[in-house]
Amino acid sequence: MDTRIWAKMTTQPLLSVRNLSKFYGGRIGCADVNFDLFPGEVLGIVGESGSGKSTLLSCLAGHLAPDRGEVIFATTEGPRDTVQMGEAARRRLARTDWAYVHQNPRDGLRMGVSAGGNVGERLMAVGARHYGQIRDKAVDWLGRVEIAADRVDDRPSAFSGGMQQRLQIARNLVTGPRLVFMDEPTGGLDVSVQARLLDLLRGLVREMGLSAIIVTHDLAVVRLLADRLMVMKGGYVVEQGLTDQVLDDPQHEYTQLLVSSVLQV
Amino acid sequence: MITITNLSKSFTLHNQGAAVIPVMAGANLAVSAGECLGLVGASGSGKSTLMRMIWGNYLAASGSIMVGDVDVAKAAPREIIALRRGTLGYVSQFLRVVPRVPTVDVVAEPLLTLGVGADAARGRAMALLAQLNIPERLWSLSPTTFSGGEQQRVNIARGFVHPYPALLLDEPTASLDAVNREVVLTLIEAAKARGAAIIGIFHDEQARARLCDRLVDVTQFTPGMAQ
Repeated sequence: MDTRIWAKMTTQPLLSVRNLSKFYGGRIGCADVNFDLFPGEVLGIVGESGSGKSTLLSCLAGHLAPDRGEVIFATTEGPRDTVQMGEAARRRLARTDWAYVHQNPRDGLRMGVSAGGNVGERLMAVGARHYGQIRDKAVDWLGRVEIAADRVDDRPSAFSGGMQQRLQIARNLVTGPRLVFMDEPTGGLDVSVQARLLDLLRGLVREMGLSAIIVTHDLAVVRLLADRLMVMKGGYVVEQGLTDQVLDDPQHEYTQLLVSSVLQV
Repeated sequence: MITITNLSKSFTLHNQGAAVIPVMAGANLAVSAGECLGLVGASGSGKSTLMRMIWGNYLAASGSIMVGDVDVAKAAPREIIALRRGTLGYVSQFLRVVPRVPTVDVVAEPLLTLGVGADAARGRAMALLAQLNIPERLWSLSPTTFSGGEQQRVNIARGFVHPYPALLLDEPTASLDAVNREVVLTLIEAAKARGAAIIGIFHDEQARARLCDRLVDVTQFTPGMAQ
């Protein structure tokens, strides 16, 4: 059987989050967050600015140390709590099994290095050494994110915002991660570029059997991209479920307000 | 294939004085493989609500909705996702797609998610689009700019591209001309013949008479006025 289909049918979660909390002094960043993410699933996290969704994502990805709770990731050696893991082991995960797509491509790219170099650098970080193979793979990935081969030697600073974001995605996915964290991946892009990026992400998730956690405030983006949805307010998850169920039949007061506030085009 | 037992539903509108509106109580019905059941009842009696509860985008308050061996009323999101992938198809009245994706890929997508190869999936999509009289020059364009009848046929193609054992059809012939209506009715009859269990809403009375083995008036499940 196709490994991707198999991955979707496995019953072991890829990520299990238990009672995760992060405080900024007396203020709540995020509190008592619990969920399981299974292989091949895309989880959307929505909420207004300050709701704790970015704090949560940073804690999950190991960029911030939570004050309480567990983030158990199914590593190749079995389930491990990444909060308790040593810094070196966590960094290794970040280079291999995980990827992080920043809202601003400048935070995820090296602006002084060519497009091909940006993609190749990730490969070299996991041990690739053969220059020809690295370059071929970089060109292949630039093609997959619809960046022409003749732009491989250009620096990202010469690219449009949409191209930079696609380059960041190529840089992140070239090493075949199993879990991708995305912070507002389509934020700051105009709508036609957004649609193109959404289509690209959907195809990549399907073809690579990726799991993803996407933080956004855009309900249209999660409807098209996420299988499941978590709604956050004041640091707490107030509602979670199947994406179209949460959007079409919201149960919590805040979700009802959020859904009914979207302007119809 | 689909068995609904003692199903109820209410909406709580938190931002409108926390009004609680009971919309369904004591709903029971069953549909076997190869059978088509028509939902009837006046507008607002809950036909679409019942359909959405079976699809899983409306939560049930109590009762059970068995589709195959999954109880949609209690299933975890990932069980419903798996159910929708291979077992339960839905032709809604609205086409919701990522802008800019070509029509042929929109129709092929359910097969790609099931792991069917890209060429085979597109081949099947093209055959259905041709059968539904969508001009070939439109296949490479996004359906977002299509006419209502064309969008509806793209939706139908998506719902019939995989032989789902259970199908939900929400007014599948509503905005179609006579020729295309006939194509769609033939597709539904073929789905019945291969053993699909179908629940449909058909305002088209002739279509209803031709396709439905039984009718269920959902008004009997509708509680009185809002409390």
